[in-house]
Amino acid sequence: MLIAHLDPLASSIFSLMAIASLVLAFVMLGSRWLNNYLYAFAAESWMIAVLSAVVGYYGEYPEFYLVAILTAFFRGLFLPYLVWRIIRRLNVAREIHEILQPSSALVVGAFCVIFALVVAYKVGGSLGLAGTVAVLALTVMLSMNLIGFLMLAVRHEALSQILGLLVLENGIFLGAQILVPGMPLFIEIVILFDLLIVVACFGVLVQYLVVHVGSTSSLELKRLVG
Amino acid sequence: MTGALLLAMMTAPAAAALACIVVRRPRVVELINLIASAICFGCAVPLAALSASGPYHYWDGYIVLDMPGSWVLLCSAIVYFLASIYSVGYMRLLGEDEKLWNFYTLFAVFALTVLLSAVMNNAGLYWIVIELTTLVSTFLVCFERVAESIEAAWKYIIVVSTGISLALLGTVLFYWAGSLVLGPTYDMTWDALRGAAPSMNAPLATLSFLLVLVGYGTKVGLAPMHTWLPDAHSESPAPISAMLSGALLNGAMLGIFRYLTIADAAGIGGLARTTLVAFGVFSLLIGALFIVRQSGIKRLMAYSSIEHMGVVALGLGFGGLLGIAGALYHMLNHSLNKSLMFFGAGNVMRSFGTKDISGIRGVADKFPVQGALWLAGAVAITGAPPFGLFLSELVILRAGLHQSYIWAVLAMLVLLIVIFIGFLNHFRAMYFNDGPDDMAQPRQLTAWCVAPMWLALMPLLVLGVWWPAGMWDHFMAIATTMSGAKP
Repeated sequence: MLIAHLDPLASSIFSLMAIASLVLAFVMLGSRWLNNYLYAFAAESWMIAVLSAVVGYYGEYPEFYLVAILTAFFRGLFLPYLVWRIIRRLNVAREIHEILQPSSALVVGAFCVIFALVVAYKVGGSLGLAGTVAVLALTVMLSMNLIGFLMLAVRHEALSQILGLLVLENGIFLGAQILVPGMPLFIEIVILFDLLIVVACFGVLVQYLVVHVGSTSSLELKRLVG
Repeated sequence: MTGALLLAMMTAPAAAALACIVVRRPRVVELINLIASAICFGCAVPLAALSASGPYHYWDGYIVLDMPGSWVLLCSAIVYFLASIYSVGYMRLLGEDEKLWNFYTLFAVFALTVLLSAVMNNAGLYWIVIELTTLVSTFLVCFERVAESIEAAWKYIIVVSTGISLALLGTVLFYWAGSLVLGPTYDMTWDALRGAAPSMNAPLATLSFLLVLVGYGTKVGLAPMHTWLPDAHSESPAPISAMLSGALLNGAMLGIFRYLTIADAAGIGGLARTTLVAFGVFSLLIGALFIVRQSGIKRLMAYSSIEHMGVVALGLGFGGLLGIAGALYHMLNHSLNKSLMFFGAGNVMRSFGTKDISGIRGVADKFPVQGALWLAGAVAITGAPPFGLFLSELVILRAGLHQSYIWAVLAMLVLLIVIFIGFLNHFRAMYFNDGPDDMAQPRQLTAWCVAPMWLALMPLLVLGVWWPAGMWDHFMAIATTMSGAKP
């Protein structure tokens, strides 16, 4: 297994990338402006792309260079570009419907990380991996998931919800690369494309939302209840 | 033989989708889709029988035809066939002829993804196929392009994609747990996972299983992850509601079943089962509460789907021979019955021009034949004899008593009775209450809309009085090979 015998430099780079991604997730959580979300998301994707390349180098998985290129291109450039186009066309610059102030959301996010850390310690401890980068990867993976959920829950702008979902999947992607680098490559590629389809679908749906519901806020979606 | 049948079954909807894009003439695309669904149904029946001598692996082991898979395949193919017949009549009522090719293309692709999900042998690919079913069906849900259906589609894709991403997380963690046993790279087939399960780390396997359960549970519509289901099922065109409810939910339930057998092998079966039973009871509770106070006719059916998925979850959770047999039998019965109910709901909705139960009155007088069929279906779906669901629910109750889940059995009994009363009370109102005098005369329906109701009700009646021996053997084989239950 890769993470069990890793040289210190690789382990530090892994940790750095994982933590940087987590910090960027917090940047998204603490911001009101949709454009800032988007830049943070793109930066996060680049971190993950670098991570892929590093995993490929140290783990001797040459196919990970391909994953790195695809990640950088799709998640770092193409997806943000698609979302950016939607933002421009819709003319929504900022989140105005949040349930939770960004500052309070940050505090809740911090609790999410603590919870993730506890779970990761427990699992890592039972596997005899305490103190390795595996625990950190699991923590970041779980906390990015929770932060993604938090963003979905407290934000109502359709685009924030899409970005929340993307953060969620970024977390899984990041964790998967460190924990299970051997997981067959084609699945990762398919998931990349799958994400692209998701965003395309969302784009179409957002258009419909504007045309038929007259708003992109999910607060307006209240016809179907009970 | 099985390979050829399976290939024919998957090619038919794929070819139909392509043909629909090319041809685009409304009457022709109807026919193309109908033929494809008939081929699927024709292949599914022998496949279910042939799978007993399997499992058969194809394409380097990425595709598997095993007994539970072939069973779900059969259920889905039946619903696809019935829904295709019905959609010929129903979609003509909508008067959207120019968009019809669009509908049938998506319909065929949706059917393809649902069918594929039953034969995926790789846990990762299974996840991808389930995600694809969501993406395709989203556009079917919002086919009518009114504000309500767009809202339903949005909620559907957001809630289900989020839920299913938890299943992805669970899948990755399962791969990790497996990689500590099998080495860093291996094919993540169900058999490989089950083989590695006894040496898996228990806390990690538990975490993975719970994530997978919540993830696929979202897709199955287990409460409290069910919130997308009533919206999507009530706003999509009626044939699609039937597909979502009768075919798609089973496809996702199959994943839960497969992971449950892995959890059993990993020695965490007790916790896994209790969680599933708890979800099942909670689904029944939510179903009961919302059925009693429901005002929309298709939402009524949707909550009934949540209820029945709860029953299937209870059957799988109880486990043992009876539990698994009851759950699988219930899947088939529910597929038939819920198709019937959605067809009937679509019919009255179109002929009375409203989705509200309060706007539908005097069905018994206005539609003697179709009304009688629908009423029989309503009696059946509440679990009354002599229909199939009575039998399967009884078997599941017995399984619960065997496995000493007394609390769950009691809750299930009480809630089923509440649902029986609540559900049929709505039907009493629709059938025997007189509407206002100025009510418009309902539109008459073609045979396309009524024939599939007959086709769904008859087998339901037969299955209620006669449990074919071959079917029982099939269930026994599944229970003994997959989860090691002792006869």
